[in-house]
Amino acid sequence: MKRLRPIVWQFLLLAICLAGATLALRSVDRVRGRQATLQDVLYIRSGKTLKRASLGYSGLLADIYWTRAVQYFGSGHVRHETRFDLLYPLLDITTDLDPHLIVAYEFGSIFLSQAKPAGAGQPEQAAALVEKGIRENPKYWRLYFTLGYIHYFDRKDYKAAAMAFQKGSEVPGAQPWMRSMAASMAVHAGEPELAAAIWRHIYESTEDEGIRQNAVQHLQALQIDQEIAELQRRVDLYRQKTGQAPYGWQSLIQAGLLRGVPRDPTNKPYILDTQGKVRTKDPVPFVTQARDRKE
Amino acid sequence: MMSRLSAVTFNTFREAVRDRVLYNLILFVLLLLAITPLFGQISIGLERIILINVGLSAMSLFGIVIAILVGIGLVSREIEKKTLYTILSRPVRRWEFITGKYCGLVMTLTVNAVMMATGFYLALLITGHGWQAADARLLVAIYFIILQFFIMTAITLLFSAFTTPVFSAIFAFSLFVIGSFSEDLRNFAALTQGLTKWLVTATAYLVPNFSSLNVISQAAHDVPVDGRLIAFNTLYAVFYSMAAIAASIVIFERRNLK
Repeated sequence: MKRLRPIVWQFLLLAICLAGATLALRSVDRVRGRQATLQDVLYIRSGKTLKRASLGYSGLLADIYWTRAVQYFGSGHVRHETRFDLLYPLLDITTDLDPHLIVAYEFGSIFLSQAKPAGAGQPEQAAALVEKGIRENPKYWRLYFTLGYIHYFDRKDYKAAAMAFQKGSEVPGAQPWMRSMAASMAVHAGEPELAAAIWRHIYESTEDEGIRQNAVQHLQALQIDQEIAELQRRVDLYRQKTGQAPYGWQSLIQAGLLRGVPRDPTNKPYILDTQGKVRTKDPVPFVTQARDRKE
Repeated sequence: MMSRLSAVTFNTFREAVRDRVLYNLILFVLLLLAITPLFGQISIGLERIILINVGLSAMSLFGIVIAILVGIGLVSREIEKKTLYTILSRPVRRWEFITGKYCGLVMTLTVNAVMMATGFYLALLITGHGWQAADARLLVAIYFIILQFFIMTAITLLFSAFTTPVFSAIFAFSLFVIGSFSEDLRNFAALTQGLTKWLVTATAYLVPNFSSLNVISQAAHDVPVDGRLIAFNTLYAVFYSMAAIAASIVIFERRNLK
């Protein structure tokens, strides 16, 4: 027991010192604020300089920068930040370091292009990133699909989208639906059916769970948009027929305009408020009809 | 001659394997490979690419560090411990001593590389949920890393033959950095003219070329390496190492050991 005592003291001292150091550092972080742990700073902005400085291990450095870009966007997204000034430079450096890192073009451009708050709301930079990817990887037809997607959904440039799908369809090994997609752009641009077709292709062509979830959310939002528009049309019809606002869904069912209480794709009943406006029970991302109601 | 050479080689190997720094570095690499799957979790879509980049880069960098740390003491330690005099008083020639030392360290590094490669493939097997045909192509990148060790060991031995361990380490590491930029030197030579062009081109060929031996990024993207590149890189590594060993022998033969 006597021999153990010094060891116990030493360990106790070690534990106390470590705990003290941890507490002191936490206080330091609090004093310095957020900058203490997450510096939104890029010390070297040139990918080419970094590539030279990597001594040939540029692939490893590209992985580090890609992870940094993901963390930068992800942590900002969680904190509901609206500015992502470093996202494009980080992705540009990543792809300078490793021009064949396809995920950086595919995922990075989605982070950049999607409208706020889902993304950074920088579709021009997103298109520039994917165009760089196409220059470096001309045989990878999926990048044309990503470019077409950005032009279609975020830039609303249907002509550029059609051209991207057309060029992509000419790459050997491209899926045959790329050609029909290009043709549909010319005729059905802006229609929800075409948007749904694009999201279905995104869902089917990826194994990433995050992207699949995103595609499902968009498909549900498109369905909800269509259903709300249809329900609203029936509510307005009831008003025209009876000259008064319906008192819940029951009024429409009794009038023969509905068979039962309508439900959204997540199986929750749609809400008909006292002003006769249709909406979802809970807020659903990407639903434009619900957003219109709020506004 | 062969028995004397192999005696020095195996003694160097045994001595290097007993070195505790060596084990620590290997353990570090294995730990690094173990945390790679976690690294993949905080990124998106490139767990395998990260594993290959981190694994092969660590294998290469730590092998080079081992080559420098062990290589710098190969000659100086023998002089310091006075064991060199015992060896040279026997029928062992100076060139046999240098060549044996080189072979011993290369053998150590190759065994280390095989151990690291085993750990690396194990990590690939775990994270990749099975064996993929593309995994076999990574052997080319590992082979090129071993060729890097051949050259680096020869360079370290060259410096170790005439200067102190600290200076050997500084010179060897500097040459590794310069060697990683050798293609830039050649590009620079193309932009110059006259004597400058000649001097820069000569320097570019004199310093080791490590950039052509680094195909880690290519391997990570499953891009096949040309068979001719494998053959010519092998020839380059053998010739360059032999040249550096020859220079070491020339210096060591003339060195006054009194």
